[in-house]
Formats: sequence, structure tokens, C-alpha cells
Amino acid sequence: MEAVVTCRELYKIYTMGGQEVRALDGVSFDIHEGEFISIMGPSGSGKSTLMNMIGALDVPTTGSLRIAGEDIATMTPDDLASLRNRTVGFVFQQFNLLRRTTALDNVKLPLLYRDGSLDEAKIRAIEALRRVGLEDRMDHHPSQLSGGQQQRVAIARALVNNPKIILADEPTGALDSQTSEDIMQLFSELNDHGVTIIVVTHEQEVADLTRRILRLRDGHIIADEREDLVA
Amino acid sequence: MSFVNSFFTALQALRLNGLRSLLTTLGIIIGIASVIVMVAIGNGARKSVEEQIERLGSSMLTVFPSTRASRGQASGRFMPFSEKTMYALELELPDVLAVTGDISAQVTLVSAETDWATTVRGVNATYPLVRNQLVADGDFFAAEDVTSGRRYAVIGATIQREVFGEISAVGASIRLNNVPFEVIGVLAATGETFRGRDSDDVILAPLKTVRDRLAGNWRPVPDRIDSMYFLFRQGIDIDEAKADLETALRLDRNIEPGQNDNFRVLSFASFVQARNETSKTFSYLLAAAAGISLLVGGIGIMNIMLVSVTERTREIGLRMAIGARRRDIMIQFLIEAVVLCTIGGLIGLALGLGGAYAITSLAEWEILIEPSLVIIAIVTSLAVGIVFGFFPARQAARLSPIDALRYE
Repeated sequence: MEAVVTCRELYKIYTMGGQEVRALDGVSFDIHEGEFISIMGPSGSGKSTLMNMIGALDVPTTGSLRIAGEDIATMTPDDLASLRNRTVGFVFQQFNLLRRTTALDNVKLPLLYRDGSLDEAKIRAIEALRRVGLEDRMDHHPSQLSGGQQQRVAIARALVNNPKIILADEPTGALDSQTSEDIMQLFSELNDHGVTIIVVTHEQEVADLTRRILRLRDGHIIADEREDLVA
Repeated sequence: MSFVNSFFTALQALRLNGLRSLLTTLGIIIGIASVIVMVAIGNGARKSVEEQIERLGSSMLTVFPSTRASRGQASGRFMPFSEKTMYALELELPDVLAVTGDISAQVTLVSAETDWATTVRGVNATYPLVRNQLVADGDFFAAEDVTSGRRYAVIGATIQREVFGEISAVGASIRLNNVPFEVIGVLAATGETFRGRDSDDVILAPLKTVRDRLAGNWRPVPDRIDSMYFLFRQGIDIDEAKADLETALRLDRNIEPGQNDNFRVLSFASFVQARNETSKTFSYLLAAAAGISLLVGGIGIMNIMLVSVTERTREIGLRMAIGARRRDIMIQFLIEAVVLCTIGGLIGLALGLGGAYAITSLAEWEILIEPSLVIIAIVTSLAVGIVFGFFPARQAARLSPIDALRYE
């Protein structure tokens, strides 16, 4: 399997109040196409920073990071925007849907930032909603949907551009345990169809539902557990 | 993101804050309305000046006496002109086509039916030519009538209407201050008013007749006239002709170099323009009001857009996370500001047109509504939207996606 994420000696160093903070302190790993992986760690471990890098929202201080074969150090801001649009799909803890906008229009949103007709965008958005089982709710506004349904709409939005990677930041953090399981089940199904899923979480139960766990602490990888090795 | 999509996104965002959006555009509405009224009045004034100059002739000069201001004091009385001077000037100045003198008197017209207080003006037979005045009915008097002092009268349209009604006054006998006259013609209406007086409420009669019988003689200048009109050949430089005329008159009236003139020469262009000074002043006031309103309105737009950017920080972060480039965010907010201003501009256009019509009926200023007003309204509001929307839009586009997503 080809690597979709390649990190080599990744450093992210901030200066805060004159003090140097190493959010990432020399991190190296690969994520291969089709993996279902969780990144775990307490707050301050650097997992959010790592997620921002993989999502092309941030660039490393030093080190190399390749996403879907492209070196993000050499990319312009517009290239990074295009990468976020086509290669990565984001899912957030707070869903981040636009209020007072229908589920369908929320899902269509990423398609408006790339070329293509509006008719095609609608067809693809409906297809994405169908994949998360919400095609009958496409005219509902977020406020008319349950938390789980809202997160499904957000996942449909992440899926609509057929990304290589879905990057989920605490996707179950705002949901009850039953709904959390359903969402993780949905991720698992999407993963079965070949989408690489990366879940950032601090919950062990959530991480246990993935097939590989990358544990971070103080900017270092302290463990890289694979299902086949664990089992 | 395509322009059409950005446009609908902007409309949607504005609709969600309907009242706030409307209040924000109030300054723009007032500003654009002022611009529209200003331009309508300005165009109207320009058109009326052009029309009057065209009708009255751009090659005519009016000369009338004035008091001479010397050492800060107005000295002496008005020094009238004489016919002798007028004819001498006509010969002396090469480009003069025709001249007429003018001497006026207040009279009471007594006809068979009624009395009418009006002004009688003694003029030469050349008056219709010099002043481009048409005779609607009957005839104007001839040069012999002036020299022989015939008691002929040509009446203005207002007198025909008010004193004689529907029946033509031509051939009627009238008395002006007890002097019998025969009406031989009726002037075409000019439709003008000057200093609040109706220009058609006038009687024209031979110059000599009026001076001898109605205006009263003045011993030092037996052939006096109050003012003179000079018609020049078309196409000459009227300012040069005016300068020549002034030089000749200064010589005739023995005015030493350095002394002030005791007469004034006006071209009709300046005459008419002076009459439109009031509407011009009003236009300047409106321009100032428009400028201030647009500035304040623009700052209002900027303020509300900054509020909008802050309120929607998370939305901006999300849009960036799913692939919006900085340019897309910038355009989204810029279009929102421009749409807001344009809506205000269109409301202002409607208000301005209404205001312009109200002003014509109140102040009797001519206005001119042209399709270009619509373009002016739209272009001005577009410009305000772009100028004042730029800063907030740039603020939005410069947000870091990570910080924006995390914004509470």
C-alpha cells in the first residue's frame, strides 16, 4: 500500500511569552492508503498540531511532510487550499455546519470552491448524503437534526469531494456513547470502501474501534500500536 | 468560488440580518439620493441655460448704466446713454449687425374693458431681430414709426390673455397713462420670468414715442435711453467684442484709466448663468451633503462588515478548512459589502428621483432625468462598497484557519 501521509523528523516550535514550546518534537511515521488510525494523547501532547499539519492548515517549522505524495513545504497557500478541498475531508467535534443552511447546501459547500457545475454539485451532495444515510433529511436545517445526524451531515460534507483522507478531530466528543459507536461504525464502513480515516481523540474506547493507534506525549510518539500486533 | 455563487451567498447572509442591513445602508440611501437630486438639478440648470442662450442668441450684448464705485463710495446717479452714442458705437464696432435702445416707464393700460398696470418699453424697430423676439399676431412697428413717434403698441402675451382674452388685440385702441395708442401686434410668449417679473407682461412701443410721451425728458441728455442691446455677427468671439465695446464706451463717457466703469456690459450667456447661480449653490450644498452621507454611510458599511467578520469567524475558518482560498473569502465579503451598498443605492435612486420631482414643483427649477442617473447611482454605490468593504474583507481573508476554527 502506498503512503498517503509521510512524516519525517517533523518539528513545530512556537515561541510563547519568550519561551520555546515544542508542540512537535521530531515526529516520524507513515500512514498508508486504506488505514483506519487514531492519534491519541492528552491535551498538550501535540495531537492537534499534528492534525492541523496533516490537514494542511499549518506548516511544520522543520522536517518533511508529504500528503498524497505532495511535499507541503513547497506548496503555495492556494495549493494548500486546493489540497484541503480535494485530498482531505475534515470532521470536527462541533460539526461546524452552517446554521440556517440546509443539510444539502452544507454538503455542497466544498464543491463551490472547485470548478464544476451546480447541477453536478447537487448530484454529488445527494450521493454523499445517501452514503451517510441522510438523503431523506437533505432539506433540514442543522437545528432540526440530532447531534448524530449533524455529524453525519458533516461527514457527508467531508466525503463529497471523494478525498483520500478523512481527518476527524474528536468526532464523537459531543455525542453520547451509542451515537458515538454509530459514527465510528460509519467510519469503519467508509474505511472498508478504501478511504483512509484518521481520528484524533483522547478517548480510549474510540481509539479501540480503529485498527492502529499512534500515541503522542509532549510532542513525541510514544507508541504505535497496530491491531494485527495487538491481537 | 464562482461570482454567481458568491453573490447568492452574500444575499443569503444579508437576508439573515435584514433590519441591521437596512439600517446600515441608510447613509448610502441618503447619499445616493442627494447625488441624484444634485445631478438632476445640475443637468436641468445646464439644459435651461443652453436653451435660453440658444434662443436669445449667444452673440448679443446688453449695456446698462451702473453707479461708479470710487473710494468705497457709490458716487452719483445712473448716467443714462444717448441714442447718439448708440448709433456711433454701431458704426464704430465692425461686427455689429443691429442695435436697439430701450427706455421704460410704468404705465396704466386702459382698454375698453379693464385697467392693467404694466411696463411700457420704448425700443427701435430692430428689437425683434436683436432680441430674437417673434411676433405672434399682427406686426411690429417699422423704423419710420420710431422716427415719426407713432403711437403704436405691440403687447406681450400676458396682456393679450389677461386684458383681451380670446379676442385678438390687434387693431384695438388703448390708453397708456391717458395717451391713446393703437395695438398693432402681439408678441410671442417667451415664458420667462426675470427677478420674479413676468417677461410677457410688457408693452413695446416706438422709442421716441415712449420717451416723449411717457418716460419724461431729461434736459441734459434729450435723446436718452436706459439701456442698449447690440447684436453681433454669429461666430465672433463675444468676449473680445465685449472688451471692444467697453473700451469704446469708456472713451465716450470720459472715464479716465484707473477709474471704474459707470456702466455694465453683459453677454446673455453670463446673464442667464447668473440667474442659475441659486440652483448651482443648492447643487454644491447637495454635493457636500452627498459626500458626507456617503462617507458616513461607507464607514457604517465598514463597521457592520467588521462585525459580520467577527461574528462569522468560525464560518470563515470552516470555509478555509474545506478549501476556500484567501481570495474566495475576500471576494465573499467584498461582494456582501457591494451588494449591501447597491441595494442602498437603488433605494436612494428611487428616493432621489422622487425628491427631484418634488423640488421642480416647489422651486420651479428645471430638472433633467437621464438614464445616466441610474448608472451614476449604481457606480457610486459600487465604488463605496468596494472602498469601504475592502478593509473588512481583507481582515477576513487574513484570518488564520486554525485560529478561526477555534474561535468561540
